[in-house]
Amino acid sequence: MEPFVKELKEKFNSVVLEVQEKDCPTLVCNREGFLDFIKYLKENKGFKYLIDLCGVDYLNYKPKKFEERFEVVYHLYNLDTKQLLRIKVRIPEEDCWHYSITSLWKTANWFERECYDMYGIRFEGHPDLRRVLMPPDWEGYPLRKDYPLSLDEEKEWKVYKDLIEKNKKRRGK
Amino acid sequence: MNLALEVNKKQIKEESWEEPFFINMGPQHPSTHGVLRLFLELDGETIVNCDPIIGYLHRGIEKLAENLTYPQTIVLSDRLDYISSAANNVVFALAVEKLMGLKVPRRARLLRTIVSEMARICNHLLWLATHALDIGAMTVFLYCFRDREWLLNIFEKICGARLTHSYVRIGGVRLDFTPEIIDDLYKFTEEFPQRILDYETLIDVNRIWLKRTKGIAVVSAEEAINLGLTGPCLRGSGVPYDVRKFRPYDAYDEVEFIVPTGKNGDTYDRYRVRMEELRQSNFIIKQCLDKLKETEGEPVVAEDAPDLYIPDNLREIAPTPHPKRGVLFKTKKRIIFPPGEAFASIESPKGELSVYVVSDGSNRPWRFRIRTPSFVHVSAIPHMAKGHMIADLVAIIGTLDIVLGDSDR
Repeated sequence: MEPFVKELKEKFNSVVLEVQEKDCPTLVCNREGFLDFIKYLKENKGFKYLIDLCGVDYLNYKPKKFEERFEVVYHLYNLDTKQLLRIKVRIPEEDCWHYSITSLWKTANWFERECYDMYGIRFEGHPDLRRVLMPPDWEGYPLRKDYPLSLDEEKEWKVYKDLIEKNKKRRGK
Repeated sequence: MNLALEVNKKQIKEESWEEPFFINMGPQHPSTHGVLRLFLELDGETIVNCDPIIGYLHRGIEKLAENLTYPQTIVLSDRLDYISSAANNVVFALAVEKLMGLKVPRRARLLRTIVSEMARICNHLLWLATHALDIGAMTVFLYCFRDREWLLNIFEKICGARLTHSYVRIGGVRLDFTPEIIDDLYKFTEEFPQRILDYETLIDVNRIWLKRTKGIAVVSAEEAINLGLTGPCLRGSGVPYDVRKFRPYDAYDEVEFIVPTGKNGDTYDRYRVRMEELRQSNFIIKQCLDKLKETEGEPVVAEDAPDLYIPDNLREIAPTPHPKRGVLFKTKKRIIFPPGEAFASIESPKGELSVYVVSDGSNRPWRFRIRTPSFVHVSAIPHMAKGHMIADLVAIIGTLDIVLGDSDR
């Protein structure tokens, strides 16, 4: 275990639940107190660059059974010490929300919007939480594991259905 | 949807021109490089607010990847940033190799480095061509396309495709270079530096070019990191962050090159950085070609690389001795991709491209997250465009070097 990870574990004992050694140091964190923890990382530990923020759905994941369904994964990078750090926060399906870090990183704005778009995880404190990639009136969250690859016809997107009917009428004329 | 139209109709009716003016730029606009729509709030010709709207090119590549086998996902990577697809192939392969713990032979690593640098030159040439065309320099466009054609012809000789290569595979590359390709590349590297000088004489001290680029969209180093800019956009602001130097992959730890940085962080500095990168890429290709001679005849694919075709129910036959009936043949599920997760990133021509794979032990990824540079760069447009004129917006879109296939996924 790297020294700075050990130090973090001691300092934030209630936030850091678990430390995993994978391709890079991985910290599994608690949702409560997460904002203070990530602020400390950015301002005191030099993890100034947020590479990535994404969601993962662990519904019926075979190798391991998780209590919570979703996970939000952060990849942080320290430009001075060249250290990569992965932070995971588990989020239950029933109250599907997480703290927003847009006040710390402007990059997080669109990453969080995408995460909301694809998984339906709401970010508290986000200034403008809308869909990014999918149309604003889209129903459902496409990257969830229970979202089908192809939809039945009656479940099809309403805008698309209207368009087909409109075209049929036009051809009829 | 038609907010802009409604607001403007109201304004015309009430003649209330004091209020801000709303206008849509795109999705069909020649200088937005694809289907980017910008919802602008204007005060005269000055941009007060800008809201980029993307998603017109969304193909759900992350969802598709979850339903394909690992080798099949490489094909999807071509369709991300279709201008530099060879570089995209590399990151997909790197992530899966990291997951499997696969070691790639040295010759394959050198070949990968060559193709990704060729992709960088292709990308920067196309960027220079379109950026100059948007700002008003037509001649550069034609020169750049001439030289890009040269490289595309070499790509065609390498793998048979000009745009969507799929040249890299998990554990190495698909084919070795023939002597003819190496000769072609040597000829290219010798002549290309002169070509770069040609472009520079056209625009480097061109008065119109300087007026359109100097002092436009200035981003400070601190702000650039906060906005998540990577690649030439970040280095233009003076931060020497380059994945090739900071977390070397493939053969980048063997070759020498410098990371060019700018000073002021404006559009002109980002242009200078990219021009210098062209020279460095050319230099890297030359070094790799020299090193290829040392590895003549070595394999280009790792021995334990997975096949291109992987059946869904892969089983392993294990003979076990039985005390009464001789030998029993038991089958058990064969695991090629162990459960776990891996994160790999490369310096793609546009910025940092990274992939985060979560595996559940089957031959399809559980989660295939792609972090694309264009997505982040599009999100930075509002911060950069505030206070500028509409005409400068064209320069800003050009300098960020976005491809909408990359940002919409």
